[in-house]
Amino acid sequence: MPQAPTLAHRLWHLPLDASLHGPALDQHLLLNLWIVLALLALAHVLVFIGLAKRRTRTPPRRQRTIEYLPIATLALLFTVLAARAETLWQAARYTGADPSALQVEVTGMQFVWYFRYPGPDAIFGAVKPELIAPGEGNPLGRDPTDDSGRDDFISSQLVLPAARQVDLRLRAQDVIHGFSVPDMRLKQNAVPGQTIHIHFTPTAPGDYAILCTQLCGSGHYRMAATLRVLSQSDFDAWVARHRMPAMGATP
Amino acid sequence: MNPPRNLAAPGSDSPTQRSAAPHPRLTHHRTIGFAYLALSATALLAGLLLSLVMRLHLAWPDWRLPLHGPVLPEEYLGAVTLHGTLMLFFVLTVAPLWGFGNLILPAQIGSRRTAFPRFNAAAFALTALALLTLLASPFVPGGTAISGWTSYPPMSAIAASGPGQALGMDVWLLSIALFALASCIAAVNMLTTILCLRCDGMVWHRLPLTVWGWFTAALLSLPAFAVLLAALLLLFCDRHLQTGFFLPATLVVNGVLIRTTTDGSPLLWLHLFWFFGHPEVYIAILPGIGLTSMVLANFARRRVFAYRLMIAVTLLIGLLGILVWGHHMFVAGLSPFAGSAFAISTMAIALPASAEVLSWLATIWGSRPRLTSAMLFALGFVSLFVAGGLTGPILAQPILDQYLHNTFFVVAHFHLIMAMAGVFGLFLATYYWFPLLADRTLNETLGRTHFFATLVGAYATFLPMHLTGLAGEPRHYAQFTGIAGPAGTLLASTMPLQRIITFAAIFLAAAQLPFLLNLCITLRSPFPSASNPWDATTMEWAPEAPSTASVPLIVHRGPSEYSLDGQNCYPQWQPLTQPEQPE
Amino acid sequence: MPTVFTPPQLDPRHHTERPGDRSGDPGEGDHGSGRRPPTDKRTGGSGDGDNWNDRPVGARGPRERLVQSRIGLASALAGDLMFFIALISAFFVTKANGHFTAHGDWVHEWMPTSIPRILLLNTAVLLFSSVTAEIARRSMFRVHDAMDEWIGLGKPTSRRAALWLSLTLTLGIVFLVGQWIAWQQLAAQHVFFRSNPSSHFFYLITVTHALHLFLGLTALIAALTALRTSRVFASRQIWVDTTVWYWHAMGALWIFLFVLLEFFQ
Repeated sequence: MPQAPTLAHRLWHLPLDASLHGPALDQHLLLNLWIVLALLALAHVLVFIGLAKRRTRTPPRRQRTIEYLPIATLALLFTVLAARAETLWQAARYTGADPSALQVEVTGMQFVWYFRYPGPDAIFGAVKPELIAPGEGNPLGRDPTDDSGRDDFISSQLVLPAARQVDLRLRAQDVIHGFSVPDMRLKQNAVPGQTIHIHFTPTAPGDYAILCTQLCGSGHYRMAATLRVLSQSDFDAWVARHRMPAMGATP
Repeated sequence: MNPPRNLAAPGSDSPTQRSAAPHPRLTHHRTIGFAYLALSATALLAGLLLSLVMRLHLAWPDWRLPLHGPVLPEEYLGAVTLHGTLMLFFVLTVAPLWGFGNLILPAQIGSRRTAFPRFNAAAFALTALALLTLLASPFVPGGTAISGWTSYPPMSAIAASGPGQALGMDVWLLSIALFALASCIAAVNMLTTILCLRCDGMVWHRLPLTVWGWFTAALLSLPAFAVLLAALLLLFCDRHLQTGFFLPATLVVNGVLIRTTTDGSPLLWLHLFWFFGHPEVYIAILPGIGLTSMVLANFARRRVFAYRLMIAVTLLIGLLGILVWGHHMFVAGLSPFAGSAFAISTMAIALPASAEVLSWLATIWGSRPRLTSAMLFALGFVSLFVAGGLTGPILAQPILDQYLHNTFFVVAHFHLIMAMAGVFGLFLATYYWFPLLADRTLNETLGRTHFFATLVGAYATFLPMHLTGLAGEPRHYAQFTGIAGPAGTLLASTMPLQRIITFAAIFLAAAQLPFLLNLCITLRSPFPSASNPWDATTMEWAPEAPSTASVPLIVHRGPSEYSLDGQNCYPQWQPLTQPEQPE
Repeated sequence: MPTVFTPPQLDPRHHTERPGDRSGDPGEGDHGSGRRPPTDKRTGGSGDGDNWNDRPVGARGPRERLVQSRIGLASALAGDLMFFIALISAFFVTKANGHFTAHGDWVHEWMPTSIPRILLLNTAVLLFSSVTAEIARRSMFRVHDAMDEWIGLGKPTSRRAALWLSLTLTLGIVFLVGQWIAWQQLAAQHVFFRSNPSSHFFYLITVTHALHLFLGLTALIAALTALRTSRVFASRQIWVDTTVWYWHAMGALWIFLFVLLEFFQ
């Protein structure tokens, strides 16, 4: 199960956190929020004291203490924050997923998400835009002549095993969509014409919200899906259940 | 009546004016400034009403708009688009830069005219045409565009991608193209005015910081709007000439296969648009920053602390402002390495912004200022600038943006720093310069009421948005209820806060009633204001007798010089005498 | 260019206030108190007390207005340059783009558009038109003629400038016709705007430049009209001067764009 929310999480209305990289991100986010809150309070206290004080004979004039010293301090503070953030960013984005990661292709279109699993061969079959026909059960335009696509199967839910890295390849068919899972602290746009990879590791089984976070049309608000994280054995069972109809449907 | 000042009624001006333009009344910068303000007020009213409709719809999705019925999702998004476009272009750019820029700037640099009055008038005409075009967009078939003020392709490039993306989008393109062209012309006029028409003695380090703000904003708007024009041209080609600068080779929109001859990328639009879009938000706020510095110093009766550093800082904010556009694209498909680079330049901009805040704090420190309405709004600007600015460094960290991008946290951030601080800058300008604009002083009691109510309303509206954003609530959602699954649970969990925000927004709108009342009362009042009621020191307040209307203005000192005890003020137009030089 | 661009340095803090010298007619400076002709040279400083630089801003003679319009033009051109830079960056981005087919082949749509040879001729015409424009501009600032014209002894400079400007106008029209022929030639080879990414840019760039040049032609006609009708010599100078500088800028821009289209496709 996901960890019980801490007091800080509840105070800042942060949702549960069920990914491997999430706790570090949360810790950094909360650090930022507290620092910002403190600086905000400090600035206002200074304004009030400055206004309440009797008029001083001479105005403040030491530019070094009043301007450069605080700016240097702030520069140091922002550098530390930026460096911490950069470490996390590098860990999350600079390298690709582990080769053993589970491959899932996420395709956004107005206004649904489709999740395609490559099946046992771990290779996604070719897709052709001219073959796209959602009404005929081929929403992604799978090319029937491509053998590697024979064992692929498509789901409307993103189902993942817990504690295994996932490599998502994001695609969009029509307009830009934003793939976002707040509980996984994850967000990446899916851009038409590009395949963008992100990877993460869900830790706790449960159902989580997938939202679209890039304005994509009048149905943008209802372009939601569910991320279901299962234990490895449940996941295997789910895969076995799901592959059957897909196999049967393939000519 | 006290004698007309150097920026008195249009038409009663020096011969210069007449020789420079055939219709002095129509091309006079004061006339144009007032016209710009009227245009902004119209846009502000429309944008405000739209935002209330949006808030009411979010809090009560079943609410029926009187005379209209329920708000449909595409109507909600149309309102979002119109609200953003109206507020950003026609209020926050037009009012501070072209409105007050025309009304006050020439006088503040000791000039009686602008460099190119006829071009100035043409720019206004184009801006007015742009506004009319935009306001017509809800009435075209399909309604207004729904892709937001950023108009990301492919949505903005393909008519099939939604209602309003056909004719409504073309109208939007036309409107913004007209606006961009007008802004370029107006910026040329403003830059040349500042470069060429400063009066004798108005050397660069004696310019009020307000002028530096206008100067930097005009300097930014030239390249920014020029790039926007090019981007709009390319988008137009994508829409109507089957190119694909912003489109990949194949797309399937609404079941229709679309092929283009060009392997373009939507990211190219994002780059071009944000190269314009980010400087644009600095264009909106820089005049307010400069004015706040000057007004705080005025009422603190002191010099601006670290005045020369503030000049450098203003220019530095402008320079960094054109180097940070990528921070809008951390999760948009930009290379993660580019994300790191833009994170650094964005964090860097926090430092000059902090320098401004420190200067403001030091200027008012222990000065016992007169807390007039203008001063209160300047303090409010400081407060909102800090509150909105501090979340900037959070959003500048790509890893945190990975969680916060396009949530209400961002909405809260830019509404505090740009919208609210910008509007406080406008109120500040109105209260402070009202004696120059209408020869009356606004009522102080109503002014203070207006200030406190607006400040409370602003914070009550936008602080809770940080929390809904942290809870994961995305922007541009037409409703948060009626969605199945865990997504529905997550969205519905923000509803209690949504209602609070809506109530606060209604309060914020209602808080403007004292201001309207104040305007009515003051404009009907028979009592003219004193010629320089705030003991201001900058040139726009220089008294001028009618008989000497052609006497050249001369500046003898820097702005905001006061004696140490604050008893005496030494305006810029007052010649130096030996013993009085302060500090 | 026979100009001295930098306005003389003066320190306004030591401004000498001379009560008698305060005629506030900043526009023309043509009001009898200044004794120098409105040439392009800076004025004053010859010791007879008529140094225009001692007079207040806005009353320093015709040169002041000239500088003002030049600064305005320069900033407008800077914005315009950004417009073209945006187009050109789109050009390079698009040129580098390609996509994978369903079979994993990399497809690169960009096919360089062959530049019609007539563009070389057009370029030469445009360069030559800049020369004629410059002759017209310089003739407006020839000290002796300017003096004659300024004190009302005929219109020697304006007549000569009108001649050269008309020649420039003709050459400008020739250039635009040449561009039209180039587009026709491409069309004959079935290269249209819609054919290829590179032809999109070829047409975008040449057409937007042609529009700018069309604006330049309008300005030339306006300058010719001003030469005929304007009664203020300084205004005639400004019309010719700004128009010609705009013309030069468009010529330089064309060279830049031509090199881009010729060598960087």
